[in-house]
Amino acid sequence: MSAVTNVVLAGLGGQGVIKASDILADAALRAGLDVKKSEIHGMSQRGGSVTSDVRFGADVLSPMVPRGEADFLVILASSEVEVARPLLRAGGVLLSPDLIPEADLPNKRSLNVALLGALSCYIEIPVEVLLAAVKAALPERLHEVNERAFQLGRQSVAAQGTIS
Amino acid sequence: MTRQLLSGDEAVALAALDSGVALGTGYPGTPSTEILETFDRLGGRAQWAPNEKVALEVGIGAAFGNARTLVTMKHVGLNVAADPLFTAAYTGVSGALIVVTADDPGMSSSQNEQDNRRYAIAAGLPMVEPADSQEAYDFFFSAAEISERWHIPVLFRMTTRVCHAKSIVLSGDEAAPGAPVPTPAPQTNFAHDINSRVMIPANARPAHRRLRAKLAEIAAWAETCNLNRVEPGDGSGSLGLIANGVSYLHAAEATPGAAILKVGLANPLCVEKARTFVAGVKRAVVVEEGDPVMADALLAAGVPVEAKPEMYRFGELDVARVRRILAGDATPEQPPARGKPPELCPACPYHTVYGTIKKHDLIAAGDIGCYSLGVLPPYQAMDTCVAMGASIGVGLGLRHVLPDSEARRVVSIIGDSTFVHSGISGLVEMAYNPPKTGHVVIVLDNGTTAMTGQQEHPGTGRQLDHGPTTKLSIEGIASAIGIPSVTVVDAHVEPERFEQVLLERLAASELSVIIARRPCILAAADIRKWEQAAVEFRIATAEQAPVCEPSVEDQ
Repeated sequence: MSAVTNVVLAGLGGQGVIKASDILADAALRAGLDVKKSEIHGMSQRGGSVTSDVRFGADVLSPMVPRGEADFLVILASSEVEVARPLLRAGGVLLSPDLIPEADLPNKRSLNVALLGALSCYIEIPVEVLLAAVKAALPERLHEVNERAFQLGRQSVAAQGTIS
Repeated sequence: MTRQLLSGDEAVALAALDSGVALGTGYPGTPSTEILETFDRLGGRAQWAPNEKVALEVGIGAAFGNARTLVTMKHVGLNVAADPLFTAAYTGVSGALIVVTADDPGMSSSQNEQDNRRYAIAAGLPMVEPADSQEAYDFFFSAAEISERWHIPVLFRMTTRVCHAKSIVLSGDEAAPGAPVPTPAPQTNFAHDINSRVMIPANARPAHRRLRAKLAEIAAWAETCNLNRVEPGDGSGSLGLIANGVSYLHAAEATPGAAILKVGLANPLCVEKARTFVAGVKRAVVVEEGDPVMADALLAAGVPVEAKPEMYRFGELDVARVRRILAGDATPEQPPARGKPPELCPACPYHTVYGTIKKHDLIAAGDIGCYSLGVLPPYQAMDTCVAMGASIGVGLGLRHVLPDSEARRVVSIIGDSTFVHSGISGLVEMAYNPPKTGHVVIVLDNGTTAMTGQQEHPGTGRQLDHGPTTKLSIEGIASAIGIPSVTVVDAHVEPERFEQVLLERLAASELSVIIARRPCILAAADIRKWEQAAVEFRIATAEQAPVCEPSVEDQ
């Protein structure tokens, strides 16, 4: 199953966790990959913790990322970092909200897209495909702000110099 | 051909559209709600019923009229609809009747995790069970075929992960191998068939025998139908798994190389196919979420399979738990990560209601909806929550038996959609058998079915597509039932008045309904928009309506 990339997105209800996972899954679909996405709706919408699993690759079976097997953990709320950390595999990449300088974020609500930008530095889905998925998911008036947020996420990773 | 990323719910809606379903009806309930909403959005005819029983009855009628019909509900909704379901199995149908039951193993948003495969066995109905969105699409056509071929309602069991997980669906290419081929929807018509449809005992006795004969035929068909398939794995024959639904996907991932009998027809079970499969492997394990339904049936039939340890009856399965099942590991599991629990929205109009109940230490018989969150801190102001509409009956029962001083502290709390669903008959009971201390029912009317994502219901005066219709008056119903005191108050704007009314009604030995009315904060903007559209619609229709001139006789 090494050909499958496992991403878990986590945050609080209302932060755009589901929107971000929808965008990522759509991008994988556009890139011609097999993809599955899963989360729990319902009670979790009322401000509680929300996690969403996105898995993509040549052939994806289970829709859920097994505990301890996430390659990437994308976290939108600092309070969720420790809650979600056990989901990450050894050597996996954790992208937390601290990565994005808040002052530079064009709009607080675009943190989810900024973190997708950060994630784009690591995954096989082409940047332009991800950006197309971002735009397809948002009304046109929000495109510019979110493209800037996306690029901010990419620059934040580059500034860290963690990509080998 | 189209290639889309769809949830299982969306895939069922698309299949319903592509297979010519004439009517979809149901009651909202996580995780089934999005099926009818999507069916409507795609152009299908979809409507919410007051509850699941009525939805199924409408579906039965439509299927008696030769239509292809879809009825959707969550697993506990099938309890409400069970009465017509069991006898519709006897009557059979002329068109197709597909009843979706969306089970919630792990209870992400439910009060229990009952396994509705038991209903298929108990009612004697075929049950189709997809594993992902592609199967949800394809199997829907199979369900319609079974229903029309054997003139029998078909249960379509989904679970939370099948309903809400998104995966790729290919549709619209009838030439693709294995792709469903739509058949033209039948003409709707009615033919008298009293012997089949009027279930007086004289007709029901032969109807039961007919049902069992149909099931025997379907059981024989199950042994070769393509809903059940064998994946040979690496051919070593060392390990064979029998799996259904999403458990199949976890199992396939956990054990690359194992042979798998993937069961897509949950009832009748392909026992002989399983017997042959098991004979060809050294070890056979049943991987199923919830109750050990397949394992019990196979063991009873003398098929030597291993059932999962009892601890895996509880909660969802996943890849890690399947690995543990295969390792026979019944040691305690690591508890799942516990994040922040849900809570009432900060601007929810019910904060003041629960604040008042907590302040006066009332005994609150509660009900099902967002407002169930009143049980969590900081309020912890709900003492019971059992079933849709149960708050009223449970509150009355407490009032009947508690000493007067305690009984006077009992209130029932119920939401607007829940009230319409099954609270009305509780109110009738209250008027019919009043406790000697009276009783107080608080209806939390936020103008929407908030918990499941703001669906309409008869009390909103709008249909599923938010278009206007007759509006049920909760206060009118309460008065008509004979409740002497009915008060409407906005507890958010007037918390002191709410508190005063509540204390006054508790002190009176009388029956009271207090309607705490204020729109859900999440739905308020949409409700305003739809209300405006409804007003414009009514003005436009009034202008078009012919004006009635008084006749000479009237003068």
